[in-house]
Amino acid sequence: MARSTQPVSTVPGLAAACVVAALILGTLAAVAFRAEAGHGFLFADWAALRFTLTQAILSSIISVVLAVPVARALSRRRFAGRRVLIALLGAPFILPVIVAILGLLQVFGRSGWISELLAQFGAPPIRIYGMHGVVLAHVFFNLPLATRLILQGWQEVPSERFRLAAQLGCEGRSLFRLIELPMLARIVPGVAAVIFAICLTSFAVALTLGGGPRATTVELAIYQAFTYDFDLGRAALLSGLQLVLTAAAAFTALKLSREGGFGAGLDRTIHRWDGGAPIVDAIWIILAAVFLLLPLSAVVMSGLEGLFTMPPVVFKAALISVAVAAASTAILLMLALPMAATIAVRRHGLVELSGILGLAASPLVIGTGLFIIIRPVADPTSLALPVTALVNATMALPFALRILVPAAQDTVLRHGRLALSLNMKGRVFFTRILIPRMRAQIGFAAGLSAALSMGDLGVIALFADPEFATLPLQIYRLMGAYKMQAAAGGALLLLVLSMTVFWILDRGGRWHVED
Amino acid sequence: MKHLLIAAGLLTATSAMAAEKPQLTVYTYDSFVSDWGPGPKAEEAFEAVCNCDLKLVGVEDGAALLSRIRLEGENSEADIVLGLDTNLIETAKKTGLFTPHAVEADYTLPIEWADDTFVPYDWGYFAFVHKAGVDAPSSFRELADSDRKILIQDPRSSTPGLGLLLWIKSAYGDEANDIWADLSDNIVTVTKGWSEAYGLFLDGEADMVLSYTTSPAYHLIAEEDDSKTTATFDEGHYMQIEVAAKLAGTNQSELADQFLNFMVSDAFQTIIPTTNWMYPSVTPVGGLPEGFNSLKVPAKALFFSPEEAVSARSEALPEWLEALSQ
Repeated sequence: MARSTQPVSTVPGLAAACVVAALILGTLAAVAFRAEAGHGFLFADWAALRFTLTQAILSSIISVVLAVPVARALSRRRFAGRRVLIALLGAPFILPVIVAILGLLQVFGRSGWISELLAQFGAPPIRIYGMHGVVLAHVFFNLPLATRLILQGWQEVPSERFRLAAQLGCEGRSLFRLIELPMLARIVPGVAAVIFAICLTSFAVALTLGGGPRATTVELAIYQAFTYDFDLGRAALLSGLQLVLTAAAAFTALKLSREGGFGAGLDRTIHRWDGGAPIVDAIWIILAAVFLLLPLSAVVMSGLEGLFTMPPVVFKAALISVAVAAASTAILLMLALPMAATIAVRRHGLVELSGILGLAASPLVIGTGLFIIIRPVADPTSLALPVTALVNATMALPFALRILVPAAQDTVLRHGRLALSLNMKGRVFFTRILIPRMRAQIGFAAGLSAALSMGDLGVIALFADPEFATLPLQIYRLMGAYKMQAAAGGALLLLVLSMTVFWILDRGGRWHVED
Repeated sequence: MKHLLIAAGLLTATSAMAAEKPQLTVYTYDSFVSDWGPGPKAEEAFEAVCNCDLKLVGVEDGAALLSRIRLEGENSEADIVLGLDTNLIETAKKTGLFTPHAVEADYTLPIEWADDTFVPYDWGYFAFVHKAGVDAPSSFRELADSDRKILIQDPRSSTPGLGLLLWIKSAYGDEANDIWADLSDNIVTVTKGWSEAYGLFLDGEADMVLSYTTSPAYHLIAEEDDSKTTATFDEGHYMQIEVAAKLAGTNQSELADQFLNFMVSDAFQTIIPTTNWMYPSVTPVGGLPEGFNSLKVPAKALFFSPEEAVSARSEALPEWLEALSQ
């Protein structure tokens, strides 16, 4: 056997990638094999496909383009409340879809805050419904996430680079070209691909903000195929189409993203000497904060009253959600860490690809596929919570890899050769060097995953056991029972819980002292 | 060690005792099993008389419920499926998975009920809910000509959405697409499910929302709020009838029959109005709860038989898509 020239083995990562690929493709195959004669691809699906692609491309480009200046501003300014703002960037993403829709429309709707303000001046209400509404909603969900991921890129530039740049009087445009642009070229394509994949599977948001059947997405067609038409073949076909599109986006991103980091640094606190224009940065930060905080405060305000009308079962559901989130985060780390290490030593198509497919896989297909697979051996209902945790982990995997991979690459690049010369390999390198050096990223990834898992309805609705409802499911149930106020209270509880979990994990892993 | 053995013995004994009670598995939609739905109370009431264990399994909504049964096929765990509506009956029957019932009841439905397989347990009229004290249109035509804004649900993903599609089709037949075309500028948006639309309506996003004539009863009874009412349309109102049936593959046939009979008895029917917020299919001896009597009652009930509903849907859905995609 040839002696490995890499500090970590790629085998565990490959194995994890195989597990993920098997889950996504296996469930798809299970659905396809169970299909009876059906319709296949319909003409109406072309329209859905076109709309889905258009909104996903627009949403991901706009989110990323706006996220760059916001992240840049956040990376070079220090102000009171900065940490809170950065933590809140995770918030829109974790809200259950229905809560986010209601929050957004309380601000941007026909009778929303902005329209009411306009009415004071005799102006007509804003028209939010349409393609621009869909994109606005998707930017609301994804701009904060993109900002946070890109900000991470800025924080990973070794402090010495900025120090040297300052010494050489390198500022403004040349600093951007020499330090910031290479970093962006490495991070941004992957972030855009992830957002594209998220928007590709949008359904309720696209339909509601889109204003009607013009805003039909592929995911809606999948839902219809599953429920009213019971056309599993069509569902599997459409879901396969989503996977192919995402794979194409992921490959494009890989091609576009530039390799290589900034070399070793001494892990000093990052200091910035380049001023830039404080006013411009301030404007970006304020705009992003307002855009982010208005709908969130709508959610908080409608939730406050409801907090006191919430029945006790909601708190039980909250505990269950925390448990599911914990399990899901553990599974996520077991998958993501070896995969990130594998990608760090050698780029590997299968690993990269299965790392992003989790987002594009229709939850309905994964859920139904798992149901078909599990049923011959066990009662799916009794496995509702473990299955939810597993599926949530797969969905969080793409984000986790975006966070972990750059740091893992840097660590291998900086410390790999020295470690090899000291014969520190395999598990020793993994546990003594890689993991400790990635604490911050692991904390962030774990926090995001836990928060995502808390907020996601996931597959629980397909397997629901009346005794073990998660918090998002109970929120939906309260709404279904006309109890909108209590549901709003539940949504606020979910928001607070998720943010707390996110905050704890994210801060827990952070060793940079930024200010 | 000895204690452990005794404990283990006791555990097996208790689980064996529990296993002796026959179990009846009922698949239903999720809002039925929720803590605020009829499920918990119905379970308690049935278990008090059946000497059995009633297991309720919740599956999203009526359409997803039927898909689940088709997915599981002949070896489904379910003995009963509760929560399909008349628009799904025809498809359900064609699967051959359901078996006729022997239930006889004095239904208080606006139509004659004679189906040999499906037993109705509640019903309601679709209607647009609006704020009380505001003039409301009295027909689709008047609504379409007005500048009233409405919220509706997508017929491809929601039961009320499909109900509206069939309502307009049953009232206007071949002219249904004209009505939809004229309604398109009244529609604020189309939502995936009922909850989004109703939530947006309560937030003031539109003047009216598609729901049921019984919706104001919730606000009256649970919130003592009489600010919501429904618009009565001259064309008549389409009905939704929710039904249950026994699966042919059940191994608890007698218990399943007992459940279907229980379902049309007072013990079950009194639970329905204030948990499912629908009319019971057999009005209980004590009558309807206070609040239900003040609801608007349409003069005319519109209804497609299960067979008609299937062909009406396949005709009306493309019309709807075209009219609203302009």
